[in-house]
Amino acid sequence: MAVLEVRNLSVDYVADDGTPLHAVADVGFSVEQGRSLGIVGESGCGKTTVMMALLRLLPEEGRIVSGQVLFDGQDVLQYSESQMRQVRWRGISMVFQGAMNALNPVRTVESQIVEALQIHDVVEQRRAARERAGELLQLVGIPPQRGRQYPHQYSGGMRQRAVIAMALACNPRVLIADEPTTALDVMIQAQILELLERLQAELELSLIMVTHDLGMVAETCDDVLVMYGGMVAEKASSDVIFNTPQHPYTRRLLEAFPDVEEPDSDLASIPGNPPRLDDLPAGCRFEPRCECPERGAICAQTAPPLVELEPGHWAACHSVRRVG
Amino acid sequence: MNAVKQFVRNPMGVVGAGMLLVVILIALLAPWLAPYDPQVRVQVTPDDILAPPDAEHLLGRDDAGKDVLSQLIYGARVSLIVGFTASFMSMFIGTTVGLVAGFYGGRVGNWLMRLVDFLMVIPDLPLMLVIIAVTGRGLTNIILVIGLLGWTYTARLVRSQVLSVKERQFVLRARSLGASAPRIILRHIFPQVVPLVIAQAVLDISVAILAESSLAFLGLGDPTLISWGMMLNFAFERAISRQAWWFLLPPGLAIVWVSLSLILIGNTLDQIVNPRLRTHHLFDARRMVALAVGVPPLAKADGAGE
Amino acid sequence: MEMRSTPILQVDNLHKYFPIPRHVGDVLARRPRRSVRAVDGVSFTVQRGEILALVGESGSGKTTVGMNVLGLQQPTEGHILFDGYDVTEWSRGHGASLEAADRFLVPLSRRRRVMTLRERAQMIFQDPYESLNPRQTIFDIVAEPLDIHRLTPSRTERRERVRTALETCGLAPADHFWDRFPAELSGGQRQRVVIAGALVLEPELLVADEPVSMLDVSIRAEILNLLRALRRERGITILYTTHDLATAGFFTDRMAVMYLGRIVELGPTVEVLSQPRHPYTRALISVVPVPNPRRRRQRVILEGEIPNPIDIPPGCRFHPRCPEAIPACREMDPRLHPVAPGHDVACLRV
Repeated sequence: MAVLEVRNLSVDYVADDGTPLHAVADVGFSVEQGRSLGIVGESGCGKTTVMMALLRLLPEEGRIVSGQVLFDGQDVLQYSESQMRQVRWRGISMVFQGAMNALNPVRTVESQIVEALQIHDVVEQRRAARERAGELLQLVGIPPQRGRQYPHQYSGGMRQRAVIAMALACNPRVLIADEPTTALDVMIQAQILELLERLQAELELSLIMVTHDLGMVAETCDDVLVMYGGMVAEKASSDVIFNTPQHPYTRRLLEAFPDVEEPDSDLASIPGNPPRLDDLPAGCRFEPRCECPERGAICAQTAPPLVELEPGHWAACHSVRRVG
Repeated sequence: MNAVKQFVRNPMGVVGAGMLLVVILIALLAPWLAPYDPQVRVQVTPDDILAPPDAEHLLGRDDAGKDVLSQLIYGARVSLIVGFTASFMSMFIGTTVGLVAGFYGGRVGNWLMRLVDFLMVIPDLPLMLVIIAVTGRGLTNIILVIGLLGWTYTARLVRSQVLSVKERQFVLRARSLGASAPRIILRHIFPQVVPLVIAQAVLDISVAILAESSLAFLGLGDPTLISWGMMLNFAFERAISRQAWWFLLPPGLAIVWVSLSLILIGNTLDQIVNPRLRTHHLFDARRMVALAVGVPPLAKADGAGE
Repeated sequence: MEMRSTPILQVDNLHKYFPIPRHVGDVLARRPRRSVRAVDGVSFTVQRGEILALVGESGSGKTTVGMNVLGLQQPTEGHILFDGYDVTEWSRGHGASLEAADRFLVPLSRRRRVMTLRERAQMIFQDPYESLNPRQTIFDIVAEPLDIHRLTPSRTERRERVRTALETCGLAPADHFWDRFPAELSGGQRQRVVIAGALVLEPELLVADEPVSMLDVSIRAEILNLLRALRRERGITILYTTHDLATAGFFTDRMAVMYLGRIVELGPTVEVLSQPRHPYTRALISVVPVPNPRRRRQRVILEGEIPNPIDIPPGCRFHPRCPEAIPACREMDPRLHPVAPGHDVACLRV
């Protein structure tokens, strides 16, 4: 059974004149124990919103309109806030985008981890908490004695490791990493990816990686969910997404990604901009930018349903067909 | 345009602006509004001295038998003139010093900032008292003294803002284009500090008005003009013992009224100017707020975010 | 495309040190004055119409090289020749050898002389959210270079040049964009405005400092294609600094890999990517994510991070992290030497 399953999740943001903006519509996916899922899309496509919604950490103006978030078969959207607190960090934990720059600059890294442990009642005693903090630092590849240092004495890569250590404080079963390597150099990116892969294997974590970087997903994830304009465009195993993608958006995205092994190949760009939330197209949300030769009048009129093309491979496009 | 809209939306700012507008109108229309000319000598009977309010003199009379309301109305002129001109002066000096010190830094900048520190540590009021006592109590002197001593905070504010703006990439871009220093200061740095300067200048007006009132209260106001501070001075010396509240209270309240209005406006401007709310192109610059109907709001996480 | 014999850019033994302010304690303890050696002996040549990638992680000195080339910083040592003119001093607003070099420049004032050259070299910055003045309209941003260089004969011609620049950069119709402010545009559009602002002067050299690293993947391709088209259609030379080998591989002719203030490998892009000779280059290439799970490779992940450029290791500056280091690497500082025509490597083992 899936550890985490999201069904038909829709989230609105409310503009100050009261108009609801449909930021996320009908998104669903599931993650098995010990598997990894990559959620890919451009900025503004709603990928972070989905994560915030399933942790129920949406900003004030966000509303979960419909859907279910099943953690171990239980819908956490029905939970009370105190029940939810048991799920957050213990069940599902998240490394927020830019969290490495949000560490408290005037406290040691260790004391910040200790604080996280105590807030979540993992360990009562301060000594035990400090021991555990040391273990966590070791786990993410930081020598425990460096826990006494302050964040500014850390490099970017080490700060990101420390943030990951904090997210692991309560032994979560699902770890969400939101753009964990943006703004880091390639070599440090590789180090962080390796760390996440190792942690996933060692701790049997289910990993959700939210990113706009297809290469990262190809390197680390078992399954991929491609989002566009707040909706699922395509989802399948990595192998399928990267080798036989069906949705025109996925195909364009792949063509736009430079491949160091094929430096001579052309890069296709995707002209235009992602749809604005207050001006969503009536039909398929990708239609205004779609250059697929098979697109027809229906694309501009009705939103395509998400259909299963072959087992485990779903796409939302009028011009894709089921296999067999 | 956007700033005006934000200002109008803020009740504090609107109230402040309304309060200030009333005072400005009163000052402008003083000759028509005031029932009597406060400068004219009047023949008085002993009964008229510090007479309590009645139908003819709505705020009573002072110790010389003159109408308090008329003095109050004319007093607004002095306060506003001193406030606006002095704060304009300090804004001009402070901005220039701040821009130069911040942009050039180095030796010039250091010397300027030492001067600022020097002026900042000297208590303003005693220094003003000394200068006015030496140079004489004319309105121009009062304005000059307040303006020339009041720019230090603005200079510090502008300098710190310039220090951060000049490191931004668009300034580097201008440098890479070969832009000259004056051009970079005027085109690229100055526009970024203007809003802060204006918010600060509005607050400075109230400081200047208070400074003028303090000087006048201590007997160093322009003797040829009636100002609120001077009224307080007279009232304090002559009216308190006779419990003539109508002479003491109105100028005090008027000073509070004007200062409060300016502080409300200044703080509102500050709120608009300071938080750099970045608008996202996907949201069409609309700020998002909570909707009261529909699904109940989900509580925010407590301390879980760090 | 005209090919002249003079390279558009020659950088010769460039050093850029930033002195570290000493504390009172340092002075009392008589500790020597130290400096950050951001660039420590870099030489390369760029031919007209060529695209050269300067590749390296943060701390490698690639951005500093770009800043020195454009006179935004004053080199500590070494020379920079732009189209044959020595512009090493142009951050100071003058250049000694400019005076003798060209009779055409002699009658001009010092500032004008520098400006005449500066007009021909422009920069594109990393962060499109930061490199545009938020209080200027798009028109003013793009027209400003014309004003600075006093290339504003008439209002209509000014408008036309701004229009052409914007539309060349894909912001068409220009009228639709030029009254707006930067906050109203998306990241990709802003980067186009930055490029238009550089193009309006019709420069010969563009220094593009990580122009796509802040942009979404889908938009990166547009900007890179635009830069490539500029080279193809106008013969513009581009110095492209990046930490991303994949985008560098996509559109550059030659590649210089930098580590800790030095070039460790320099050669034709395709050759460097397919046959990397320096261990650092090999490691860098191996960690670039490949967008296909079937081609997951053995990654050579280097431990730690680039050392602090204050304490540069003795010998080969890469040896503490090098997986292939031999004892000699601790003592010998390798020079850049040719291993194939046009392909230089600084490694003792090659």
